[in-house]
Amino acid sequence: MEFAISILLSGISVGGQYALIAIGYTLVYGILRLINFAHGGVFMVAGLMLIYLSASLPLYVALPLVLVLTVVLGFLIERVAYKPLRTAPRMSVMISAIGVSYLLQNTATYVTGGQPMNYPTLPFLSESIPIAGTLTKWVTIITPFLVLVLVVALTQLINHTKTGMAMRAVAKDFETSQLMGIKINNVISMTFIVGSFLAAVGSMLYFTNYPYITPTAGAMPGLKAFVAAVFGGIGSIPGAVIGAFLIGICENIVKALPFDGATTFVDAFTFALLIIILAVKPTGLFGEKATDKV
Amino acid sequence: MMQEKRSKKGALAGLLIAAVLLVLVVVLENAFPKVLPPTHILFTVLKKGAVYSLAAVSLNLLNGFTGLFSLGQAGFMLLGAYTYAILTVPTGVRDTVYYLYGGSAIKFSLQEVFGAVFGSSGVGGAVSLVLGVLLALILAGCVAAFFAWLIGLPVLRLKSDYLAIATLGFAEILRAIFQWQALGPITNGANMIKSFPTFSAFNIKSGGKVVLYLSTFVPFLVAILCIAIIILLINSSYGRAFKAIREDEIAAEAMGINLARHKMLSFCISAFFAGVAGALFAMFANNAQAMVYTSAMTYEILLIVVIGGIGSITGSVIATFLYVACSEWWLRFLDNGVTLNSQSKMAFNLGFALVVVLLAALILMYQRRKARRTESQNRSFASVAVILAASALLLWDIWFAISPQMQLPLLRNGFRMVVFSIVIMIVVLFFRRGLMGDRELTDLFKRQNKKEAVK
Repeated sequence: MEFAISILLSGISVGGQYALIAIGYTLVYGILRLINFAHGGVFMVAGLMLIYLSASLPLYVALPLVLVLTVVLGFLIERVAYKPLRTAPRMSVMISAIGVSYLLQNTATYVTGGQPMNYPTLPFLSESIPIAGTLTKWVTIITPFLVLVLVVALTQLINHTKTGMAMRAVAKDFETSQLMGIKINNVISMTFIVGSFLAAVGSMLYFTNYPYITPTAGAMPGLKAFVAAVFGGIGSIPGAVIGAFLIGICENIVKALPFDGATTFVDAFTFALLIIILAVKPTGLFGEKATDKV
Repeated sequence: MMQEKRSKKGALAGLLIAAVLLVLVVVLENAFPKVLPPTHILFTVLKKGAVYSLAAVSLNLLNGFTGLFSLGQAGFMLLGAYTYAILTVPTGVRDTVYYLYGGSAIKFSLQEVFGAVFGSSGVGGAVSLVLGVLLALILAGCVAAFFAWLIGLPVLRLKSDYLAIATLGFAEILRAIFQWQALGPITNGANMIKSFPTFSAFNIKSGGKVVLYLSTFVPFLVAILCIAIIILLINSSYGRAFKAIREDEIAAEAMGINLARHKMLSFCISAFFAGVAGALFAMFANNAQAMVYTSAMTYEILLIVVIGGIGSITGSVIATFLYVACSEWWLRFLDNGVTLNSQSKMAFNLGFALVVVLLAALILMYQRRKARRTESQNRSFASVAVILAASALLLWDIWFAISPQMQLPLLRNGFRMVVFSIVIMIVVLFFRRGLMGDRELTDLFKRQNKKEAVK
């Protein structure tokens, strides 16, 4: 029983962290129809920035600074790497995204010298409390609530503000919204800003569970979050969140399965799930059914 | 009639080029042991280039010619590499390779099976080695193609980026399976398989001394053969069907092309050659290890295809050799620190300033031209940014000239890859069509001929 609770708790926690990344994927895909492969890189860079900043600055300065810098990074990536390709075929933009993630990874390897960097212990978050007989980190408890708060704030932003309305319009129809006087470049920038902000928050929560960061640390959670976004129906925010929680929980259950080599299959399981979803219900749990017009 | 003549001429020219290349490679490796010893980095680049060019062309067949955006190439290469390795480790060393699992589950190796027929030493040994490796390569391709068929059943119905992410997922699943401890007696778990025949096994020896080096010739031969088959395929009616699917699926279907069948065909053939490339890569690396075949490898190959031009075979080949040469050889110096003396420091400072000014001027000119064409308003912002960046770099240059520092900054381990990825981004953003676009090298000559004809 205790074992089951601890698995469930860590599943929910990891799921919440995936959810924060998945929202970034789903927002960008909804508007640009682009799998933003660089998103995992942004997530990793946010973690590295906290390491470097917290070494010289007190945490209450470093944490907000990391948020701001990550947002700036996301904004710049969009402006430099995606905006010039707005009229290009979708494949070019995706390749550009792959190029950016390659660049981020190589730059991180260069800056860190390829060494795993120790993640700083955040006060409060890293401390443990006993819950149902097992020691649990505070971050595990906090994550789902924080995710909930952020998601509610985000849905408010999207449903009840002018920017949110513009975002919905652009997601619906790129060209028509442009004709209606919506400045799509601003809307797209806004999307990347929101996505990067959530990725930065997610990285703080995620890496607290790990002792160190390597330059490739962002790739796997990034891909899994994308799977979560597909699972929930890409383009839908509640879908992404629910998908992420489900994947986080399933993953932890697989990890705890009592057969030889279960840990090898944690990643494989996520992708198997992805393929099953794509084969059975490509629109995901909450995705809108899109019909191709000839 | 005219068309036929030209294609015959093209085939002859292709054969000639291939033969010249092969002879050149053999000569290079053997003729100058003083200037170019067989351990020279050039041969590493050539071998890896040959292997990667096959992988790139096989990806191009899928991405560039059929319009299926797949990211599973590393997975198929992994299948090929493991098939080859498992089938060719000599029985004598199997126990040491698989020592963690108490020996291998497979008790034979192909070249020894042939050895039982042709004899295992002298000419017979050479024949059985060649036959064994050849069969293993073909089987490597077949295994990859078979798995591609299995994977293709569910995923080929998906569109562009969904297909990409599904194939990427399959590659990751394969990687996990091959690292599974339970399969240890076959795949050696997470450990590498080694001691199988590599390229250097083909060097002809007599009395313990190498008489004729063929270790670069072999990957070239295999790669050229495979690429030739792909070219023939692309120029056949199947190839035309692939291109039709790339241009417009619905129109292709309306013209009577069986979409599912042709997509599957293209997917399996691409996987076959990726499998062969994977086997060659295992030979190049001297080991087969699942850890290596990550999605990063697929990205690498994809970037090569993009640099070469999506839909151009010669572009892919040229880009591969440029890419491999840059990453392994020409940009190596960026990874090591350089200490200057006062003269070379001055030369560096002047050169740097010159390059910055020239580049800034070029970009400004380009922007002005573009702005005039499109009458866009934010050209002043971009120009200001360029001028600011250039002056910042110049200021740094002056500061560096005055400061007593002699060490070139930034140069240390890993800088090569940063520069490299920036170059790739520049290609992706500004030279979107890559080196060749969708043209082939032969098209360039053809156009010249046409111009002459007009005159």
